[in-house]
Amino acid sequence: MRKVNRVFTILVFIFLYIPMIVLAVASFNKGTDIAVFQGFTFSQYKELFRDNDLLRLLGNSLIIAVISMAVATVLGTIAAVGIHSMRGKMRSAVMSLTNIPMTNPDIVTGVSLALLFAFAGILLRINNVLGFWTLLIAHITFGLPYVILNVMPKLAQMDPDLAEAALDLGCTPVQAFFKVVLHEIMPGIISGALMAFTMSLDDFVISYFVTGSGFVTLPVEIYSYTKKPIQPKVYAMFTLIFVTILLLMVTMNLLQARDSSKNRKLRHREANR
Amino acid sequence: MSQELIRLTNLVMEFDGERILDSINLYINDKEFLTLLGPSGCGKTTTLRVIGGFLTPTSGDVLFDGKRINEVPAYKRKINTVFQRYALFPHLDVYDNIAFGLRIAKLSEKEIDERVTEMLEIVSLKGFENRKVTSLSGGQQQRVAIARALVNRPKVLLLDEPLGALDLRLRKDMQNELKRIQQAMGITFIYVTHDQEEALTMSDTIVVMDKGKIQQIGRPEDIYNEPKNAFVADFIGESNILDGVMLEDCKVKFFGRTFACVDKGFEKNEPVDVVIRPEDIDIVEADAGHLCGTVTSVTFKGVHYDTIVDFKGFKWLIQTTDYCPEGSYIGIRLNPEDIHIMKKSEYSGMFGDYSSYSAEYDEIADAEGSEDEA
Repeated sequence: MRKVNRVFTILVFIFLYIPMIVLAVASFNKGTDIAVFQGFTFSQYKELFRDNDLLRLLGNSLIIAVISMAVATVLGTIAAVGIHSMRGKMRSAVMSLTNIPMTNPDIVTGVSLALLFAFAGILLRINNVLGFWTLLIAHITFGLPYVILNVMPKLAQMDPDLAEAALDLGCTPVQAFFKVVLHEIMPGIISGALMAFTMSLDDFVISYFVTGSGFVTLPVEIYSYTKKPIQPKVYAMFTLIFVTILLLMVTMNLLQARDSSKNRKLRHREANR
Repeated sequence: MSQELIRLTNLVMEFDGERILDSINLYINDKEFLTLLGPSGCGKTTTLRVIGGFLTPTSGDVLFDGKRINEVPAYKRKINTVFQRYALFPHLDVYDNIAFGLRIAKLSEKEIDERVTEMLEIVSLKGFENRKVTSLSGGQQQRVAIARALVNRPKVLLLDEPLGALDLRLRKDMQNELKRIQQAMGITFIYVTHDQEEALTMSDTIVVMDKGKIQQIGRPEDIYNEPKNAFVADFIGESNILDGVMLEDCKVKFFGRTFACVDKGFEKNEPVDVVIRPEDIDIVEADAGHLCGTVTSVTFKGVHYDTIVDFKGFKWLIQTTDYCPEGSYIGIRLNPEDIHIMKKSEYSGMFGDYSSYSAEYDEIADAEGSEDEA
């Protein structure tokens, strides 16, 4: 039975990762035919870094991802602290409201945001409202719940006496937050920020609806490529993005693993007392 | 010694319409060691949190040095707290934990260093400066928590069951240690516990609480020897509590017999509760006793035997060093000072009958109690 399990697990992983392997292999292929490997080369990568258009698009995506991550992290952390201090029914109601946007289909979110922006544009008498700012606002909006969701458990795990101890020792509530609470919930803030970042970086559906021709991100641009032959340098870029995301995720998991093993040790010690 | 520092007047605390504290009136003197004692849920921790500034009372006043401080936030009060689970800051080492309050107060690093070093010596943690607090034992964490509070030189230190998580041996050591620190530094301690022995050992004054009300305030000896009602008599030590009638001053009738006692000031023929401490009872031959009964169970407790004796269907607990085998017919004698008379109260009839006594009973109750607290 265990053998079957193991074989099955390996099969699942192959199934999950084979597309990425094919892509990575193709990015190092000398020839243009993806079916035949004609020799190893970095030329696609060189091409990529000479293509200013593609790099500009990647830059756009990174700018949006970094700014939306930063704003969503700050707002989300503040929101989580606020929700945490609520009691009973109010708290669960607000948490459900927070979770809904995450389960909402992207296309619905995208269209509704586009409508909202159009409406706001008319109200404010701005022609062609869609662009950088609408895109940023949209990305902050869908990144926010991920931050809240990652920070909330850290607040719940935290010994509530810690904040009171800080107040007791003379901290104002704001000082207590920055000097004590922030340290305790930092792992949650970091993993929330990383999630908001990756969500922003690879979002196509929502971005497609809320951005104009003035400011285009990489996923939106690449979507139009599928209608014409994809240049091999795009494989190279995707491979790089995949590796970056992979590294981010591994870091995040390592951080969490370290955190939980620390907690386990603590609990272990307390149980031994 | 006896200058008043804190006063609570008609303090009421309600959460969601539920009354947690019911008109608490209490004053606390400077340099006093005062203990709030009671079962879990009696309101003792709530009282402490009101004094600490973490809760604003529903009504009533908190006075500090004669000034009303109801609305003064915790960080502006000259009061520090030792929390039940220590609440040390995990991201700081021992030194930085202790220095925390001084840094907030923006003292010079030189003065901070002097005071932290002095404090480390007082709590015997010299050499632990750079240890992570998570790597310390429970007793050591406790000392850091005490040092972190005391280094700010507060007028009052609040302690919320600070020894609850320690084992018995360490607990005894820390009791002495705390008392020593309190006397050496001349600081008012307000101590919360559900452990009556701890309260009797350390306190100048004990405040016994139940159901959000103060049941009795007094010195440890007074609380033990002159309990005001059946709750206090039962909560502080063991007690046999019987129905009696006060015939006149110094004469009480129970079990169909009149006994001489030392209590006065009751109405003629007033029904009362009679308390007899199990260690005050002398066992004698059956024909020489005031009362005679049959031993129904004997448990060896180390220093003494817990002997349960059946007197006409009412079972008494007697603590004696004389071994009386089960089934033996014995007599007891009661001296006037062994008998304590209490007015009837809402607690009458609820405590003091050992009919359902079993030797394990106390331990089970203790275990449940400590789980509640954690």
